[in-house]
Amino acid sequence: MQAAVSILFDALAYGMVLFVISIGLSVTMGLMRVVNLAHGAFAMVGGYLASWATLSLGLPYGVAILIAVAGTVMLAVPLEMGLYRRIYGASELTQVLMTIGITFAVIGAANWAFGPGLKTIALPPLFSGPVDLGFRTLPAHRLVVIATGAAVALALWVVLERTDFGIRLRAAVDNPGMAAALGIRTPAIYATAFALSVALGALGGVIGAEILPVEPYYGLRYMVTFLVVVSVGGAGSIGGALLAALLLGFVDTVSKYLVPEYGEFFFYAAVIAVVWAFPRGLLGRPH
Amino acid sequence: MKLLRLAALAATLAGLVAAPAVADTIKVGVIGPLSGPFGIFGKNFKAGIDAYQAKAGKTVKGHTVEFVYRDLEAIDPAKAKALAQELIVKERVQYLAGAYFTPDALAIATVIDQGKTPFVVMNAATSSITQKSPLVSRSSFTMWQITVPAAKAAIEEGAKRMVVAVSDYGPGLDAEAAFRKTFEAEGGTVTDSIRMPVRTTDFGPIMQRVKDTKADAVFAFLPSGPPTLAFVKAFIDNGLKAAGIKLITTGDLTMEPDLPALGEAGLGIISTYGYATSHDSPENKAFLADLAKVGLPEKEVVMTAVAAYDGARLLYRMIEATDGKQDPAKAMDAIKGYAWESPRGPVSIDPKTRHIRQNIYKRVVEKRDGAYINREIKAYPDQPDFGLMQ
Repeated sequence: MQAAVSILFDALAYGMVLFVISIGLSVTMGLMRVVNLAHGAFAMVGGYLASWATLSLGLPYGVAILIAVAGTVMLAVPLEMGLYRRIYGASELTQVLMTIGITFAVIGAANWAFGPGLKTIALPPLFSGPVDLGFRTLPAHRLVVIATGAAVALALWVVLERTDFGIRLRAAVDNPGMAAALGIRTPAIYATAFALSVALGALGGVIGAEILPVEPYYGLRYMVTFLVVVSVGGAGSIGGALLAALLLGFVDTVSKYLVPEYGEFFFYAAVIAVVWAFPRGLLGRPH
Repeated sequence: MKLLRLAALAATLAGLVAAPAVADTIKVGVIGPLSGPFGIFGKNFKAGIDAYQAKAGKTVKGHTVEFVYRDLEAIDPAKAKALAQELIVKERVQYLAGAYFTPDALAIATVIDQGKTPFVVMNAATSSITQKSPLVSRSSFTMWQITVPAAKAAIEEGAKRMVVAVSDYGPGLDAEAAFRKTFEAEGGTVTDSIRMPVRTTDFGPIMQRVKDTKADAVFAFLPSGPPTLAFVKAFIDNGLKAAGIKLITTGDLTMEPDLPALGEAGLGIISTYGYATSHDSPENKAFLADLAKVGLPEKEVVMTAVAAYDGARLLYRMIEATDGKQDPAKAMDAIKGYAWESPRGPVSIDPKTRHIRQNIYKRVVEKRDGAYINREIKAYPDQPDFGLMQ
């Protein structure tokens, strides 16, 4: 029983990390219909900025998160205006080619600027080290991740479903021509949504760095996992991404505990089963 | 008079023709990861070779030695074989060297007999590679060679019940077998053996499993990279270190360039390996100074630099023994039993296995003058490749 509770807790923590990083990708892929393979690269940029802010500048963790998110967005917005705007509505192949190209450019730049080694982000004492929960000891950092994941899910749901911006964004995606005719400034809406998704990626890169360490190949190494979470959850669905992240986190954690020699077998078996039963993902909307 | 001038001209011409025949160039092909995720190891290959050339000169007995590099980013045996063939046929290399991964080394070993090309493995650590051809030698280490001392170190540290956790691939299974065999022969008990998925970076469930077995120590092997850092962090953050469980690893988990990222958390980890940059000897000081001169600062130095440095020495010796002619039998005979003082300590080439015998050190991660180092606390002298002695 105690082991079961403890595994559930591990599963929740890992699922939340997957959620925090993948949700930004779900926004670009589902709401903006852009297959953004550079999402992992943006998450990595966030991680590098936070590492630089905490270790070289000695800034506190909270400030480092702000710098990472703001810095990554400032880098990404010119990219949106110069490059991404040309591929909205283009074929998937065009989108994939352009965004994978951006990923390679970011990998090269990171390798040149920071070297090939791993970078860490200094955590405040409160968030680091073990915490005794009575029935087991857990990394304090995992609790932070779980809380952040829950907060992000709630905030996003409010923004997309309950605010004026959310309504305009969904209108601009579903019928750009009609939305523009009604006076919605679609380019501005798209730029804002893109910035939002990049900000979420950067936040995920920083928060998740303890589990997915920051290094130049981050953007390629974990991209498959992020894409899997989005496609299992259904692109564009917050609830779907949350559900998918928790489900996959659970499958991965349990199989790693009971039968680690099977590697990622059960993780991908679960992916195949879900996509077979729900081709659009768990909560994906037909388009 | 005219005749004399003609004779002088003829002599000059003869000299011109004869000269290139003496000052020929011997080419050595090096295959390794010069770019990509494992680029740091290829960079160390090149720096190690450059440092040796800076020390020993670029000529042997009047033959200029030229190293020709080919990039092999990741594990790709087919490409490794193609590159080796291209180097032999087109570049006309007399020797091959390098190979970071075992599958690549095995693929290269299949083509060297036809080309009569001796091959110095500078990293790939599976024991069987040197058995693939009599022309293969190795200047790095094997998993068995560094893991058998790890099991002895565990006994010395007072461990009785241990969990063995290794990455689920060739070298990991070698490490598992070597540790288990040695530890049990010395009277220890292995309570659980965990094969971890190679790509995973989430070790929470593994740590929980370790705790459930009530072991007093863990032996771990993972190849250097993001999982290594995540493993050590999970070990500490899940409270295993606080619970008094010891962590004993191979040096792969505590490579010097990774230590700053581990920070305080890494202090006290015991590992066994052939080379630490903090190794205290005049040879090592000179070696690190030479590496810095060819563009590799001390904080980026890893094992592959010293393996390449010693590998270059073997190549020079083979070229010297054969006087630049292609004579693989004579070349291999020249290095069998050859012993010298490496930056890592005294080493020699075992005449039977053609693998390098060396001291393996027990080290502990410490902080010295603000930098994290592996301090050597004990040497296990003249260790052979235990893998081929089974």
